[in-house]
Amino acid sequence: MAATQEEIVAGLAEIVNEIAGIPTEDVQLDKSFTDDLDVDSLSMVEVVVAAEERFDVKIPDDDVKNLKTVGDATEYILKHQS
Amino acid sequence: MSKIKPSKGAPYARILGVGGYRPTRVVPNEVILEKIDSSDEWIRSRSGIETRHWANDEETVAAMSVEASGKAIADAGISAEQIGAVIVSTVTHFKQTPAVATEIADKLGTAKAAAFDISAGCAGFGYGLTLAKGMIVEGSAEYVLVIGVERLSDLTDLEDRATAFLFGDGAGAVVVGPSKEPAIGPTVWGSEGDKSETIKQTVPWTDYRSGEVERFPAITQEGQAVFRWAVFEMAKVAKEALDAAGLDPADLDVFIPHQANERIIDSMVKTLKLPESVTVARDVRTTGNTSAASIPLAMERLLATGEAKSGDTALVIGFGAGLVYAATVVTLP
Repeated sequence: MAATQEEIVAGLAEIVNEIAGIPTEDVQLDKSFTDDLDVDSLSMVEVVVAAEERFDVKIPDDDVKNLKTVGDATEYILKHQS
Repeated sequence: MSKIKPSKGAPYARILGVGGYRPTRVVPNEVILEKIDSSDEWIRSRSGIETRHWANDEETVAAMSVEASGKAIADAGISAEQIGAVIVSTVTHFKQTPAVATEIADKLGTAKAAAFDISAGCAGFGYGLTLAKGMIVEGSAEYVLVIGVERLSDLTDLEDRATAFLFGDGAGAVVVGPSKEPAIGPTVWGSEGDKSETIKQTVPWTDYRSGEVERFPAITQEGQAVFRWAVFEMAKVAKEALDAAGLDPADLDVFIPHQANERIIDSMVKTLKLPESVTVARDVRTTGNTSAASIPLAMERLLATGEAKSGDTALVIGFGAGLVYAATVVTLP
């Protein structure tokens, strides 16, 4: 069953917490991964791969650079999840 | 039909000795920062690299190889005349022909050993080791010298903030010889030429000669794509190599991945779920990424510092431009 927006944000929060040690409550739709959440370009790849597994979605390298905020990633997953 | 007598090889092969050469000039991040807008903290956090070695004019690909090989031969307890073949993996020997392996074989004092270069980027050590093992078991050489050597500083764009800090120079060599017991596992290797744009030389030499481009060629890479492939795809390859050798992560003493970037190493260790008892090579911190030389250099350092010991079981995996990869399990010399 496809995840809701709320579930995706909560899942991303857990992933970002696991990878970058950021408190889950800081992971909000308007937060930028690099500027607000201390997720650098390499950690972003880890976040993406973890999100792919969790939400059964493929996020190609070319699309990763467009995922600036938690909202961008959530929207992408909502649209592409199978 | 005449009957051809087959060659007679050894039952198995093993690494008998290892040697390394790091150029005398140590280059700290401060020197790199003279040409790029970055910081020591940024470089360390993205790569783990604190210093690297850059070769001077005398520290040629051949000269560094001879130094490293001399140590490997001494470590193996054999003489240069016993070497039947010399395999050199490099992408930074800027004289296309003859192969630099021939000069190295001669300078070492081998007895006309077969000698040739291979091009397999950062997987070059694993490719060379696999060839060497085959030659020993097949019987075309009793002892084979496998050398990984690079002067990547010659192929680095010092103004490219994504790669300027990454590369270093050096040579690592191993002597591979006969063994009564299996000491080099099955190699899991391959190529993914559809990803050739991920890590590459910017332009061919001919474009530079013709004046089509003014900038000397350099190595460039797509950082995120490389990171994803190196960590997640290569972890699968590493696991396959372990399976092929009939081992579990808990059976390993040492993990020696290509020293590309400490972040890749950290992530691979996590993805592979290696137990804490496994010693992980992190030579990249002070040697940088030396492509084909990185695994034998890291192996030599782990043994020299006592972090690893002779007889330990080590998983080695190289991966890089091609894209190409090679992983196997070896018993350390």
